[in-house]
Amino acid sequence: MAKVVKSIETPLSLEYTHTAGRAPTRFLRGIAAGRILGQRCPECRKVYVPPRGSCPRCGVATEEEVEVTGKGTVTTFCIVRIPSDALSVDPPFTCAHVLLDGADIPFFALIQECPFDQVRMGMRVEAVWAPPAERRPTFESIRYFRPTGEPDVVVKAEGRE
Amino acid sequence: MRDVAVVSFAQSKSVRRETDMNEVEMLMPVVHDAVARSGIPKGQIGFTVSGSSDYLAGGPFSFVSALDAVGAWPPIVESHVEMDGAFALYEAWVKIQTGEADSALVYAFGKSSLGDVAEILTLQLDPYITAPLWPDAVSLAALQARAFLDASGKSERDLAAVAARSRRDAKKNPNAQLAGDWTVEKILAEPYLVAPLRKHDCPPISDGAAAIVLAAGDVARRACRKPAWIRGIDHRIEPHGLGLRDLARSRSTAEAGERAGVGKGAVDVAELHAPFTHQELILRDALRLDDKVAVNPSGGALAANPVMVAGLVRIGEAASRIMEGDARRAVAHATSGPCLQQNLVCVLEGDR
Repeated sequence: MAKVVKSIETPLSLEYTHTAGRAPTRFLRGIAAGRILGQRCPECRKVYVPPRGSCPRCGVATEEEVEVTGKGTVTTFCIVRIPSDALSVDPPFTCAHVLLDGADIPFFALIQECPFDQVRMGMRVEAVWAPPAERRPTFESIRYFRPTGEPDVVVKAEGRE
Repeated sequence: MRDVAVVSFAQSKSVRRETDMNEVEMLMPVVHDAVARSGIPKGQIGFTVSGSSDYLAGGPFSFVSALDAVGAWPPIVESHVEMDGAFALYEAWVKIQTGEADSALVYAFGKSSLGDVAEILTLQLDPYITAPLWPDAVSLAALQARAFLDASGKSERDLAAVAARSRRDAKKNPNAQLAGDWTVEKILAEPYLVAPLRKHDCPPISDGAAAIVLAAGDVARRACRKPAWIRGIDHRIEPHGLGLRDLARSRSTAEAGERAGVGKGAVDVAELHAPFTHQELILRDALRLDDKVAVNPSGGALAANPVMVAGLVRIGEAASRIMEGDARRAVAHATSGPCLQQNLVCVLEGDR
């Protein structure tokens, strides 16, 4: 009997040019200029940062632009002990959900300038921006978040009604 | 069987490359339009189902983020097919037949411009033997066109006539991408793209979205003055291997058409999902449509071909002819897979 073929290699690659969309473009142009721009839902009034152009709860377009500051609160976090090729930090490091003041959904961010075992829910943090000359329309324009030293606040649990 | 009808249809204009809006932004006005036209409050629509492909979007779970265009709160009953939206409509029809829903929202979106769509479609093929050779979608269509011309005795002139008629009819379709006056002679004077196909035998690359609302019985009558009743709907599939079937004919279309009841009455209009000119001729034969039937008055997929959407648009266009009172009985067809592998046929009728 012929020797069984156990595997074949069929290399495959596809290239795409994605479209950020109108609302994400506003956001990305904003962070390249050192501003954080969200959008408010006309029905439920929630502010989305970053905006995607729609309110996923109501299914309607979000058009009213809302600028928020780089200050916010850690709503949850985890301590990563696995090295990441995508991030320029050594483990252990802290990833967190940060709810920016004036926004209604938190987003994913690195926490630095703070020992990882001192990060906590309710901790006040602020964005540390790349120098203006290095800011681009990418998330990397915000390097990470660091503690502000303000007193902790009570965390409103994510998604809770 | 419950009486189920198309009660509203909306579509975006097809464009070569939508560089401004992302998928959600492109889809949302279309979904809103279809729901608003139905008059059924969004919260009362019993089922939501979509057709799209992550290979087109170039990202995982693109259909989940597309729900941002619909609003899935409070939680909704939702499903998705990694196929043209016409097959999502079939699922919605089944859902309504089971009695679990009285109405359904069906939508589809596709940006064929983000990658190389002819290569992306290659990934539908068997991954061991055929796909590694990278036959692109146009070359496979040309293979089928040659087999069809040889078996049928038709000529490239017949293909050009389909192209010329589609381009001309598309002039009346505000959502079409390719429209205009081309004579058969002018088309035949052009060089081959992949022989025996010329550029005009092939579809444009399109970005677009479409949505349909289905409803049963009295819900449909309240939603629409002239509902387009689905009197028959069926889909059939043939073997995956291109060498295993007769490419010059479409037996799956013939069987689906028979089971859907195409031949039970006169057909006023047919919208056939034929991205390539020869495929329209194959489908006409399979469905036994005579010359009195107006085929693809919208210009068909030759005028606008957003992949994953163009089949649903055929049902929407056929239903619109009935809802607008231009036709009493219409046939819609949608296809999936290389060289018409899988085919869906839907017979729509207005009230007498």
